[in-house]
Amino acid sequence: MENNLSYIEDVLNRYKGKKGSLITILQQVQAKKGYLEQEALELVAKRTGMSTASIYGVVTFYAQFRLTPIGKHLIRVCHGTACHVQNAEGLTEAISSELGIKAGETTPDGLFTIETVACLGCCSLSPVIMIGEKVYGKLTTDKARKIIRDYKKMEMAS
Amino acid sequence: MKTLRIGYNSCGIAAGAEETLAKLNDVIAEKPGFRLVKTGCNGMCYCEPIIDVIEDGVTYTYGNLTADKVEKFIDAMEKGMHIKEWVIKHPAISTDHDSYNAGQVKLVTRNIGVIDPENIGDYLAAGGYKALEKVIRTMSPQQVIDEIKASGLRGRGGAGFSCGMKWQFAKDAPDDEKYMICNGDEGDPGAFMDRSTLEGNPHSVIEGLAIGAYAVGAREGFFYVRAEYPLAVKRLRIAIEQASARGFIGQNILGSNFSLHLHLVEGAGAFVCGEETALISSIEGKRGMPRTRPPYPAISGLWGKPTNNNNVETYANVPWIIQNGAEAFAKYGTKTSKGTKVFALAGKIKRGGMIEVPMGTTINEILTNIGMGIQNDRACKAVQMGGPSGGCIPFHLFDTPIDYESITATGAIMGSGGMVFMDEDTCMVDIARYFLSFTVDESCGKCTFCRIGTKKMLEILERITKGRGREEDIEELQRLGQAIIKGSLCGLGQTAPNPVLTTIRYFKHEYEAHIKDHKCPAKKCRALITYRILPDKCTGCTLCAKICPVGAAQGERKKIHIIDPEICTRCGFCKDACKFEAIAVE
Ligand SMILES: Cc1cc2nc3c(=O)[nH]c(=O)nc-3n(C[C@H](O)[C@H](O)[C@H](O)COP(=O)(O)O)c2cc1C
Ligand code: FES
Repeated sequence: MENNLSYIEDVLNRYKGKKGSLITILQQVQAKKGYLEQEALELVAKRTGMSTASIYGVVTFYAQFRLTPIGKHLIRVCHGTACHVQNAEGLTEAISSELGIKAGETTPDGLFTIETVACLGCCSLSPVIMIGEKVYGKLTTDKARKIIRDYKKMEMAS
Repeated sequence: MKTLRIGYNSCGIAAGAEETLAKLNDVIAEKPGFRLVKTGCNGMCYCEPIIDVIEDGVTYTYGNLTADKVEKFIDAMEKGMHIKEWVIKHPAISTDHDSYNAGQVKLVTRNIGVIDPENIGDYLAAGGYKALEKVIRTMSPQQVIDEIKASGLRGRGGAGFSCGMKWQFAKDAPDDEKYMICNGDEGDPGAFMDRSTLEGNPHSVIEGLAIGAYAVGAREGFFYVRAEYPLAVKRLRIAIEQASARGFIGQNILGSNFSLHLHLVEGAGAFVCGEETALISSIEGKRGMPRTRPPYPAISGLWGKPTNNNNVETYANVPWIIQNGAEAFAKYGTKTSKGTKVFALAGKIKRGGMIEVPMGTTINEILTNIGMGIQNDRACKAVQMGGPSGGCIPFHLFDTPIDYESITATGAIMGSGGMVFMDEDTCMVDIARYFLSFTVDESCGKCTFCRIGTKKMLEILERITKGRGREEDIEELQRLGQAIIKGSLCGLGQTAPNPVLTTIRYFKHEYEAHIKDHKCPAKKCRALITYRILPDKCTGCTLCAKICPVGAAQGERKKIHIIDPEICTRCGFCKDACKFEAIAVE
């Protein structure tokens, strides 16, 4: 099937000729699908006049960019200092065991991805996780499991 | 008319402010006499959701106002009463929380949690943009710089360089095209002052940067904010738009011939991009690789042009200094460190949040008076300051006054303001390992000492936490650490060994216990601990067996359970789940 890349066009047009805008372009392209597909990167290369290799260089440098699709719910478990001393590791394991996947993986049904991050800026509520845009603080392994189960239930119902 | 002000920063939202707000909107929809405003976080994060009730100019601050309490709360309000047990701050009522605010002096944060950050009218009513107006109308660029120099303001992003001097270098650089940068990357895990400032009072940062731009002669400014802070990005964007619409930013500001255009760049998740030369590469759209300095950005920065970069909090200090004078600012603080410092309190401290104290306040005053000590009344072991570039200051040095020099003398650094408190259950070797694994992940790989040296150090630390440490490991860590400090290109590598070196300096006995006795005194390192069920406490409820992911916890209902140490992975789920405290770690 021919891949439709029209979703990138307006991003590329907006930043046409603006110097230094590669990272912003990549962020906005990624925002559309949750990851950067190869064809998209090739198109960005063609339009900005950069080599695909140098674009990959930028993409792989920054933690924010992904080359593979993510699940519907992105679960980010904070592993910042404050969360680390409040058992972030145990929390990650609890969520992992609840979903049957490791950090960095996506469930086979495409619903959940677990990611570890280095501080969500809500350290006074540590340990903290973020699901999509929503932050959950002062967690225990028990509470985290319950939150994940609620998401699962919600998905089953819909 | 009562004004209800709800703390609506990321921290408040995480604590339930969204639900509280929804419920409030619901309950007061039909009722006259209430005005609802969203504001930032007043710093008392441990009590969020927080609501201020303002009537006749008097403010009652309510804490822990979760959605379930809203009906009772509004009920009382309608009857003209207050629920005193819920009030956490009031000018005339004393509460259990007064000590949290007593030792604070709020210059930078005074309007956070007070004004609506998405409404420039609020900022203007609080005297906003008056300082910018003052410099444009009455001061020459050099006078501005002299004022900032006289105030003694030093950079709040970590290194503590004189702000006035830095502006002078950029001003004196011979070029027509110059840039201003605001470093809002806040990469130090465990720190959130800059987030809270950008979310709660973005205009103060814009105004500070604009004053700096006027002083150095820059006509373009860049805000670099980390991607993990979507709300800060959103509010800053709104603030820039509103400031531009009112003529505080843009062409011919306030009718003068000073123009300034602002851009907002979102970081993409790389710690090294907090380092200013890497940050500049990142704004240029490249891999965030640091460059060697000199040349300093003041001479050759963004696109090779003279560039001034300051931290969010540094800029946020500037309007206050211009308005109140250098002398008023320098009244606070110590001989070498003037003014106040904002800190983020987190970790095992009872009251976590954002505070602002005069420089010279001791760590102990912060822990005891403001933070109310350690959770569950455990003993405090140390505080981590300065993140991956900083170090752990042991409890016996908590009388250290907070100023750049005194903190550096302990082996840590002032850093940007994250303070993560640790108790006796925190293993210091594990903390060192944690920070090294962070730097190994974040090293950009450009220079060998940082790329390979930190990796070697991490290998040794991992070995030690697994009980396979060798006698000579401590010395080897120190030797490697010194070499990395000397040989690395940028601040990331030059400071990466600090967390290891300070923990060895103050907690050598913990390293030795791991290496010689194969014991983790804090009972954290998994290879060195076992989980055991206490027969006299176990009721045979089977909860541990149900939750154990590997089948190590076993037993029949109503019979004493056991944990098979051969199978157990020490995940600790059973201990978390057990309702009878029947599981011990040894
Ligand atoms: C690895 C590394 C990370 C840094 N991260 C930050 C940061 O997140 N925020 C910040 O303001 N400064 C950071 N700095 C310091 C900056 O390089 C720079 O000194 C600072 O932004 C200057 O502003 P100031 O003089 O106002 O403090 C970092 C430095 C290093 C070496
Ligand atoms: S350390 Fe987890 S939110 Fe900051």
